[in-house]
Amino acid sequence: MVRPLGFLVGLGFITALVLAIFTTPLSNEPNVAYSFVKHPRHVKLASDGLVPHWDKAQLQRGMQVYKEVCSACHSLNLVAFRNIQDLGYTEGQVKTFAKGFQVPSINPDTGEVATRDGLSSDHFPAPYANDVAARAANNNAIPPDLSLITKAREGGKDYIYSLLTGYQNPPANLPAELKPGTGLHYNPYFPNLNLAMAKPLNDGQVTYADGTKASVDQMAKDVTAFLVWTAEPKLVKRVQVGWAVFFFLLIFTVLAYLSYRNIWADKKH
Amino acid sequence: MSFPWAKPYEPKHPLMKWMDEKLPIPRLVYNATGPGYPVPRNLNYFWNFGVLAGAALMIQIITGIILAMHYAANVGVAFNSVEHIMRDVNAGWFIRYAHMNGASMFFIVVYLHIFRGLYYGSYKAPREMVWLLGVVIFLLMMATAFMGYVLPWGQMSFWGAQVITGFFSAIPIVGEPVRQWLLGGFVPDNATLNRFFSLHYLLPFVILGVIILHIWALHIPGSNNPTGIEVKDEQDTVPFHPYYTAKDGFGLGIFLLVFVALTFFSPNMLGHADNYIPANSLSTPAHIVPEWYFLPFYAILKAFTFNFLWIDAKLWGVIAMFASIALLFFLPWLDSSPVKSSTYRPLYRWFFWVLVADVLLLGWCGMQPAEQPWVILSQLGSIYYFAHFLVILPIVSRIERPLPMPNSITEAVLAKHAPDAASGPAAA
Repeated sequence: MVRPLGFLVGLGFITALVLAIFTTPLSNEPNVAYSFVKHPRHVKLASDGLVPHWDKAQLQRGMQVYKEVCSACHSLNLVAFRNIQDLGYTEGQVKTFAKGFQVPSINPDTGEVATRDGLSSDHFPAPYANDVAARAANNNAIPPDLSLITKAREGGKDYIYSLLTGYQNPPANLPAELKPGTGLHYNPYFPNLNLAMAKPLNDGQVTYADGTKASVDQMAKDVTAFLVWTAEPKLVKRVQVGWAVFFFLLIFTVLAYLSYRNIWADKKH
Repeated sequence: MSFPWAKPYEPKHPLMKWMDEKLPIPRLVYNATGPGYPVPRNLNYFWNFGVLAGAALMIQIITGIILAMHYAANVGVAFNSVEHIMRDVNAGWFIRYAHMNGASMFFIVVYLHIFRGLYYGSYKAPREMVWLLGVVIFLLMMATAFMGYVLPWGQMSFWGAQVITGFFSAIPIVGEPVRQWLLGGFVPDNATLNRFFSLHYLLPFVILGVIILHIWALHIPGSNNPTGIEVKDEQDTVPFHPYYTAKDGFGLGIFLLVFVALTFFSPNMLGHADNYIPANSLSTPAHIVPEWYFLPFYAILKAFTFNFLWIDAKLWGVIAMFASIALLFFLPWLDSSPVKSSTYRPLYRWFFWVLVADVLLLGWCGMQPAEQPWVILSQLGSIYYFAHFLVILPIVSRIERPLPMPNSITEAVLAKHAPDAASGPAAA
């Protein structure tokens, strides 16, 4: 009973699929944009690979780029000032740094909306009060929060670095419908080719305290490194703990194998 | 419930005797996974995966309970509560990554466990009930994993919930009301998140219960083995402990090494970048894909693109996707060959490997956008999938001439170790 019924059901599915094959066109609708989108360029950072470390000088420079450039439009909601001790700042430096920000608050006497000096426990304040304000100020596009950005995009850090360094004039052979509209900017690393963010970095835009030359490439690398840290502050610790666990388990597995061989020594199997 | 030569439980310590009279749990354990359970002596490494699946479930339950202490199931804060676990909870990043990759490890070992059963005919009499309960566990796992993926309330969580619950709206007349009833609204929202959290916490314990039945049903005929020949006498078996506890200990070590490498060195490899973007009902991701372990079924869903008979393409896809799993319930009766192990099934063996390749192909297609050649490949892949189980298998099991088989497990083992092993199992 099961077999004849199963046979009929199977034939039903197969017929539907065969008809689907013959009615589906074998060619794709051409997507011209594909040929202009570029694959992200690889950027090598100290936090890469199986023996990562934080390049604190680079992270500090990256934070400076975020603070002086990106933070005009992009929030960093998940990062607290206290977290930047990871970048090599002392508790005192963090307090001073936090004090330099005004964070939303209320007047303790009247309850009216006010601002106060930042504390170490505060998070980086957002540039816009809400999404409507963010949209209104940015050609109807909300600048995304950057806390997780290197984990939240295909291509990760390479994509962020490539996007920041990838602004260029549209190629001459770009079809008219792919040309950037008003308020949009051409960047072949962006999946839609045109984005609302204007080229954010220009040579010498920031002045690094450590004397590093602030080229576009350098600033893009630094801020990318910083955003890798904001996306996963526990990344380096994770890999370090991983090796300890891995070697512990390797010893366990070798011992387990030897005991397995020992127990089975007299049994053919 | 066991073989007559099974070692009887004889408590020596007065406390154990006392316990045995009042509540014989030590006796149960002794007879289930101890020296009191005789197991075929010739099990290969593919028999490790049952124990490993159990270990994976325990890891998921333990890490999950800890995560639930810090997670908040509310659409306003769910995403940030996961990031709170990643950043502020002590070792929270480890617990969360272990849970995330533990789900993948669970599916990896369960898929290997299922294909082991398919190759060695473990679904056949007298173990049909073991197989049926196994399919129930697989379905429960899929439901649990799907709901768990919704909890971080990222973009892929939201849109995954939207797409999967959308399947139900393909059902004529009652579809849309059923979907709204499942979601608790018109779109996935707080009601959905709350019920998914509740069920995601409940279902693992249901799985645990069905696993107990699965093991119980297994212990009645005893384990299958690579020859597929049933145990005949004592020399065919070894006691589970210490022989297979030792072998499973080694298997567990290998499993944990892979698990650790994934969790600590590449924790996001099997995930989607989009799920690190908070859920947004106004912005559809360019490319909605389920987790890797659903991809073959997703490819089957998408393969149906033609309105055939009075059923439209979407409903065909949904029916076919559910049927692709439901047909496993009928497998013990679709395959009528009395020979279990593919070692002695020269014809079926080929189709088995084609099925493995086919499922991998479907998985690959499931990941791709709805473009050629992926559409036609998933259509061809789906044709083979249904043909394999519903057409080829019943016919092959009729016409196939099995190879000569040894008389017993021991004979097969000794033939393998004989100085002139080249003559193979037919030497007897």
